[in-house]
Order: sequence, then structure tokens, then C-alpha cells
Amino acid sequence: MIKIDVSKELLGSLGKMDLSINLDISSQSFVALSGQSGSGKTTLLRILAGLESAKGAIKVDDEVWLDETHSLAPQQRGIGFVFQDYALFPNMSVLDNLLFVRKDKELAKQLLDLTELLELSSRKPATLSGGQKQRVSLCRAMMNRPKLLLMDEPLSALDPLMRNKLQHEILTLHKKFGTTTMMVSHDPSEIYRLSSRVVVLSQGKVLQDGDAKSVLLRTQGSQKFSFEGELLDIVKVDVIFIAIVAIGQQIVEVVLDESEAKDLQVGDVVSIGTKAFAPMIQRLT
Amino acid sequence: MLEKLMALEFTPFLISFKLASITTAILFIVSLFLAWNLSQSKSRFKPIFEAITALPIVLPPSVLGFYILYSLSFHSPLGRFFQDVFGIKLVFNFTGLVIASCFYSLPFMVQPLQGGFEALPKNMLEASYIAGKSKLKTLLCVALPNIKPSLMTAIVITFAHTVGEFGVVLMVGGSIPSQTKTASIAVYELVEIMDYTSAHIYSGIMVLISFLVLLLVYIFNRKQNHHLGGLS
Repeated sequence: MIKIDVSKELLGSLGKMDLSINLDISSQSFVALSGQSGSGKTTLLRILAGLESAKGAIKVDDEVWLDETHSLAPQQRGIGFVFQDYALFPNMSVLDNLLFVRKDKELAKQLLDLTELLELSSRKPATLSGGQKQRVSLCRAMMNRPKLLLMDEPLSALDPLMRNKLQHEILTLHKKFGTTTMMVSHDPSEIYRLSSRVVVLSQGKVLQDGDAKSVLLRTQGSQKFSFEGELLDIVKVDVIFIAIVAIGQQIVEVVLDESEAKDLQVGDVVSIGTKAFAPMIQRLT
Repeated sequence: MLEKLMALEFTPFLISFKLASITTAILFIVSLFLAWNLSQSKSRFKPIFEAITALPIVLPPSVLGFYILYSLSFHSPLGRFFQDVFGIKLVFNFTGLVIASCFYSLPFMVQPLQGGFEALPKNMLEASYIAGKSKLKTLLCVALPNIKPSLMTAIVITFAHTVGEFGVVLMVGGSIPSQTKTASIAVYELVEIMDYTSAHIYSGIMVLISFLVLLLVYIFNRKQNHHLGGLS
């Protein structure tokens, strides 16, 4: 059980902001942290890692990491941290990056085997692809069998295919070692696939907290489908209007009547939903 | 010309290189910690320390030489202390020369190292702390091996700069043959007595050595960049 009750004054993009977070995290759970940039996600991770100071308390099982009088150094917290930009040691080989954390060859080999990196053991990080580097970074973070694994947007610099592969590996490692994990992510499918709980931050406060389904599904009432998107254009065709909306990587057209068209402006963030109908689902690949 | 070359005294070169080697070794140890702490410091007083470290670059060597001469001599408490307690004289001998050179060349070792440390990704050092490693271990095993070009620059420039110093060495050392007369002073004295042939030979050797050393540094740095392809 990890009890977090911390506060810190931050200088965010919108001026001064008070970060104030109170969370209880049960052991072996996988928590996804989400929210707009500047909402304090990374700062929260850094406070948990001891890389940044804060007021309040952090208690992990019976260990006090932070209280009014003292703060445990990052060296003594026994955590793993995966950075977005990998942060590998360029002067060491893949295997040495792992062994630097702890001289445990067996564990290192096991981790490299699980992530299909065994053949690259003696390579230097500069010769690896982004996905490989992040896998090394993940293995390195697992080397001291952390009580808490923190990941700051670990997959956001990777292409979708590599992302899928790494999500799978993160899940494998999580199941095998049962490490309590907190991960910052913006990708709903990633959050849904990996996490058992989602915490959404906004302006330094917890906005939503629940399981992935209840937080991520954006439907209201009897809606079956609902997507958020950005209105790109409104085109008049004869008597009707057509709205062009970007949803994720896709662009869709929606028919509007005149009153709806008057109400909307290009650039608006809109929600497109529909009720009772029978959608078709087909395999594409 | 050939006779001159055969008869030439090479002790000043030996003194210059001995002085430069010892100074570089001492400064490397001192500056490693100084540069590391400066690079990691967020203190309000950091600019003060940085300014003091950089002073020898802008001060005229005679001013620096004067202060060092004064503080090491018998007139200052420090000089008297060393003479009374250890029986060591600190001026007009090789020891004094080493001390003076360490002050004179300090910024040339500290600044490239500090620059190198500051350019390292912060996350990389934090990853080492999170892995449970102390600041010292992080410095020696993570930071230092990843600033090789800066390290090479620092060592070579410090060495070359010490070989090339003139004013401070003259003031603190006093140009005593076979003791404190370095190559740069020897050239000055040869010109003064209008022995231009010897001055040419001395100067030519200095130019050649300096050029070769710098050439090696640039070749090394070029290779490093090719191999590493930048950090991370």
C-alpha cells in the first residue's frame, strides 16, 4: 500500500499552480496517470522518486519516504524509473547498463530474454533503435526489483507498432514481477490495455479516479458511441451543411442542419455520439 | 645552425613539460570535483564561484604573479607558516612554480569539464541516483566516461597553457637556470641577448609541438563524435 498526500507550488504554463494530490495505491496495481500537459503528472512522478521536493507525506508499506521532517534520498527509495528519452548510459553496453544497477547476472539475462534483447547484450545504446532502447530502459528499471515502478510517457516517442509490442512486454513484466506501477500516458488504448486504475489530473488536482472503462468511455446516457474531435470545416451543400471533424488520426463527415451549423465554429472541440443502431465490425488486417 | 642545434640546452623544455605534467595532474583532481559541483549547483552563490574560477583568464599575469608571489613569500602568514613548520620555501623554486601554475591554469581545466557535465542529460544522472548510486559513483562511472571530448580538451589545453605561460612563471620562479627557467622564458632571454638563431630554434620547436598536440585533440574529438553519434 502506498499512501500519497503531497503538495507543492508549481510554476505551470498558466502561471502559479498548486499541486495537491491525495492518493492511496494498493500493492501490485497498475495505475495510469493522465491529463493535459502541465497538469502535474511528471512532477508527481518526480516527487515520488525523490527527485523533487514537496510538502506532505509519502508512506510505502511501513517505510516513510517523506514527512515534515525528512525526505528519503532517491538512492534509498528502491524504485525503478523509465524516462521518456530512455536515459541510458551511453558508455556502457546493454548488459552493463543493467548490471550497473545491481550485479545480478541471472536477473539481467532473464529480463533481456523476456524482452528479446539477449542478442543485443553487448551492443552500445547508440546503435539501438528507439524501441530497443526503451526496452533496455525498462529492464534496467526492473533490475533492483523495485517496490514502485514509475514510467513517464515511456512509449510516446515510438511508432504505433513498436508501442503495441512494448505494451505487451510491460504487461508481461508486470504480471511476472507484480511490481506496483504508475505510468503517465495519453493513449486511451494503452491505458485500457495496461492499467487497472486511471487517475486524471487537471491543474494539479485529481479530476477523475476510477477503472479504465468508467474514466475512458466518453458516452452519456443511452449513447452507444461517442468520440471527441476537432471541427475542421463546415461546408454548405445545397440545403444541408456538412461538418468535417478530425477524430484521432481519422477525418469524418457529419451532416448538420442549419441551426446546428450556426451554433458551431471551426476549431471547436466537439463530441460526436449516436444512439441505438447496429454497427458493423470487420477485421481489416 | 647545426652546431647551435647540437649545443642547445634542452633543460628549459624539460622544466616546461615537467611543470605542465604535474600541474595538469593536480588540476585534474581538484577541478574534477570543483567542476562537478559547479555544474550540479543551484546555489545563489554559484556565479561568485564561477567568477573567481575565471579570474586568471582576465587578470594580467603580472597581477596574478604579484599576488601569488606576495602570498607565498616570507612576508605573508602562509609563506612564513610553511617555512617555519616544514622548512619549505615556496618562491623562486620549482614548488612555487607548480603552485602558481595551478592558479594560473585553473579555468582552463574547470571550464571545459563544467561545460561537459552541464551538457549531460539530467535524466541520465537521475537514472543513476535512482539505481541507488552515490554522487561520487555517478560522477566516476556515468558522468566522466560520457564527457570524453571535454575531458581531452581540458587536459590538453591546461597542459599547453601551462607550457606557454610566461609572466607568472617569471615573477614567481625568477628564471633560475635548471630550476625555474622554462622554455618560454628562455626564448625571451635569447631575444634579449640577440641570439636570434637559438630563439628561432626554441620558438620553432614550441610551435611544432603545440600544433601537433592541438591537431591530435581535434582528430580525437572528431573520431569521438563519429563513434558516439552524440549522446543518447
